[in-house]
Amino acid sequence: MRTSEFDPLSLEIFDRQLKKVTLVVLAVFGVLVLRFWFLQVVNGSVYRTKSESNRIHLQDISPFRGMILDRNGATLVDNRPSYDLYVVPEEVQDLEELLERLSRLAGLGAEEAERKLDEASLRYPFRPICLKRDLSRDELAKVETHRFNLPGVIIKVAPQRHYINGTFASHLIGYLGEINENQLNSGKYTDSKPGDLIGKSGVEWKWQRDLNGVRGGAQVEVDATGRKIRVMARKTPVPGENVCLTIDKDLQAVAEKALAGKSGAIVAMDPNNGEILALASSPSFDPNLFVGGIDRASWEGIVLSGDFPLQDRALSGQYPPGSVFKIVVALAGLEEGIIDPEEELVCTGIYYLGRRGYRCWKKYGHGTVSLHRALVESCDVYFYNMGRRLGIDKIAEYAMRFGLGKRTGFDPVHEKAGLIPTRDWKLKRWGVPWQGGETLSTAIGQSFVLVTPIQMAAFVSAVFNGGIVYRPQVTRWVGKSETEKIHEFAPVVTGKIGIKQEHLEFVKNALIGVVNEPHGTGGRARMKEVTVAGKTGTSQVISLKKEEEFESEKDIPVRFRDHAWFVAVAPAENPRIAVAIVVEHGGHGGSAAAPIAGQLIKAYLGLDRSVLAEAVTD
Amino acid sequence: MFDRRLVQNFDWILLLLLLLLAGISILNLYSATYAIRDVGGSQVFVKQIYWFLIGFAVFFVMTTFNYFALERLAYPAYIFTIALLILVLFVGKVTSGSQRWLSLGPVSFQPSELAKIAMVIVLARFFSEKRGYRGYRLRDLWQPFILIAAPSVLILREPDLGTALLLVAGSFSMILFVKMYWKSLVILVGSAVSVAPFIWFSLKEYQRMRILTFIRPDMDPFGAGYHINQSKIAIGSGLLWGKGYLRGTQTRLHFLPEQHTDFALSVLAEEWGFVGSAFLLLLYLFLILWGLNIAKASKDKFGSIMAVGIVAFIFWQIVINVGMVTGLLPVVGIPLLLFSYGGSSLISTMAAMGLLMNISMRRFMFQ
Repeated sequence: MRTSEFDPLSLEIFDRQLKKVTLVVLAVFGVLVLRFWFLQVVNGSVYRTKSESNRIHLQDISPFRGMILDRNGATLVDNRPSYDLYVVPEEVQDLEELLERLSRLAGLGAEEAERKLDEASLRYPFRPICLKRDLSRDELAKVETHRFNLPGVIIKVAPQRHYINGTFASHLIGYLGEINENQLNSGKYTDSKPGDLIGKSGVEWKWQRDLNGVRGGAQVEVDATGRKIRVMARKTPVPGENVCLTIDKDLQAVAEKALAGKSGAIVAMDPNNGEILALASSPSFDPNLFVGGIDRASWEGIVLSGDFPLQDRALSGQYPPGSVFKIVVALAGLEEGIIDPEEELVCTGIYYLGRRGYRCWKKYGHGTVSLHRALVESCDVYFYNMGRRLGIDKIAEYAMRFGLGKRTGFDPVHEKAGLIPTRDWKLKRWGVPWQGGETLSTAIGQSFVLVTPIQMAAFVSAVFNGGIVYRPQVTRWVGKSETEKIHEFAPVVTGKIGIKQEHLEFVKNALIGVVNEPHGTGGRARMKEVTVAGKTGTSQVISLKKEEEFESEKDIPVRFRDHAWFVAVAPAENPRIAVAIVVEHGGHGGSAAAPIAGQLIKAYLGLDRSVLAEAVTD
Repeated sequence: MFDRRLVQNFDWILLLLLLLLAGISILNLYSATYAIRDVGGSQVFVKQIYWFLIGFAVFFVMTTFNYFALERLAYPAYIFTIALLILVLFVGKVTSGSQRWLSLGPVSFQPSELAKIAMVIVLARFFSEKRGYRGYRLRDLWQPFILIAAPSVLILREPDLGTALLLVAGSFSMILFVKMYWKSLVILVGSAVSVAPFIWFSLKEYQRMRILTFIRPDMDPFGAGYHINQSKIAIGSGLLWGKGYLRGTQTRLHFLPEQHTDFALSVLAEEWGFVGSAFLLLLYLFLILWGLNIAKASKDKFGSIMAVGIVAFIFWQIVINVGMVTGLLPVVGIPLLLFSYGGSSLISTMAAMGLLMNISMRRFMFQ
């Protein structure tokens, strides 16, 4: 007999306990069955709906963004495949080890990767998280060969914007960036979703809607890891339209090379219709850096560099026009009849208004000058006289006829208006009346007057095309091809200057003299093949008086040196190209800017193949 | 030596229940892994057939000896198990962050599975000794407490919260069955509540997250609460009659996590609806009640308590898993007994069932 045999009392207690246990078990199972009843019968339809939406996902198919071409059809911007590295964290066993491996194979920053995973894994479980876009060939090869060792790693191919020539025309073309909250809420980007890349500036911005194309979509059945099981329905994306620019790729290259290492801007325009042939701003940036999110170091490199590479100086750089403005004063004077071209004045190098003396740039004066020589040799004293006779409001009136002081309409957002001062403006803005001396400074394009390079290009074009102010434009056509276009370039006239032909002819003749006569300030743009006309300008950063404190020009610190201007047109008799050039802190327009104009004209008119070849191979 | 009564008393109902459950399990696993059949999924259900075959072999082996022998072997077996649990902490295979598996050449098993059976045997051995009829006071229970604490702590160290919890739940059910003084029970529960905060802080972050998201699954529907939500969607979308065999969309498309292991029941519920789920629950209920009947029929204390212990363990495993997949209890990662994929747990369950059969067959011994 074993010790554990039941005695009668124990047996009774056991039976009683077993009954209790049975009741507990029945109760618990009752709860479980009720739970199933609740989930499957009472709330079943809710879960059924959830399960439907769970397995059918809407997947976007991004359209190919349109290409950007130059005026001759050369591709400036296209798309190329980008190999992007994704990780599904839920499929990874040892995340730390994986990241360590990936940092070895694909140069992945472990810290940034962890941050991305942290951000994304909570919101999108079982969905691939992009850790690195655009793997290099080497990285891709390494990752692919180690794939078996990298569970949870996915490589996806996506089209990526490709700016073929890097910094080439970067300000004009613009760049892409992720759409932000404000833009999404603005209602202007109806087809965009968070995370989409949209044009943020330049042509990419202006033609965003056409370049973008229409998003396609697919109704796909997916599993929880996001893998496609089958496509249930599909809407094919519509690729974006191509944009053909008026830019001449080769001329643009010449312009950019001329500005290399300098700060400044160049605008070259067809004076007969406003087509922009080249538009360069220096320093520039590489828009490829922005695609898919710019990294911190590159961004800081751009923003903190101190010379604002993102700023398009051709549109938003505002400078006093210096002596270029004398063209306006001369035409105004002639038209108003207060300048007699034959009248001779004496320049002693200084002009007195009351007790204050206003200097001519030529210290010992030009001697006797009439209008023609005053323009050719850029005599300040002559124009002090004329400015005083005209008065500030007349000067302003004529300046505005050229479209100065307001945007050309080239780019309504990034473009600056410049400034043409008037008496009213002075009183409103500063609360003090206009001073007589300020009229003198204005007459030679200093003090408050501000212009942008693109305004200057339109301005000089108007002088030479018979007085028509064209809106500068950069798009030849938008569409699939030149024969299938949805938008075509048409010249837009924004104003007529309304000045008699004979007055225009007189000034044009003088501007030919600037380049071609012995004492002309723009002699360095001269060439034997065609007649170039132009005007130099020097916009003062500090006053002439202060400049004289320095022994020679070379002693002036760079940041105090004058900005050099040159506007030109060629051939003068039958203009085909107008250029406006500003070189920041370049010194005199004649020495710093005029030679660049010469290069551009030669390149564009096909006079000097060597300039072109040199620039293009760079 | 062979007793004809053994054959006469063979518990056909228990065997039938097990065969029925095995059949449903294999059928369900086939569906659960149907979508991944091309990438090794088909091996899962084939393997499970083999596991069941081995399981039934173990089941029959467990009926061949007289369970009285276990009374003498109880402590040695317990100590052996503890040794294995210590060993696994040093030489165990690490899989997904925990160290639970011991490898013996080509086969590997979880000592924690063995611990469940050893626990039942050693507690049955302890409580079968004669005591007063009013039950146990705390001071009578220090030995069982140590017996329970040792493997629980070791398993918690692996870490395997689910199994540790199960071990404690099963063991305390046995203690409650053999009766405690009311006062002792109150003190025990009171002290358990007061140490709860300490246990809370000793949990791993992911375990805490699971408890937190269990209480508030809406807190993080795509993170830790994802498992529960997907499982509830799968179960609920089955409605009354289910989506049909091999037609579960949640299952097909892998929205269910661990759908052939811990969440195998969700697959069944999605495809067979409330009718299927209730039927499976009734089978389990019947298995438990039948086990209690075996306990009642047994004529000795050791066998009876052992039968109750086995029932307690299977009861808790079922409740914890069903509670988990239906969102009533935290996600603690315990497979559904005789139903989820997994060799180690299946073998230990079949061994326990064999033991139950053993007790059932020998209920005549004192007649």
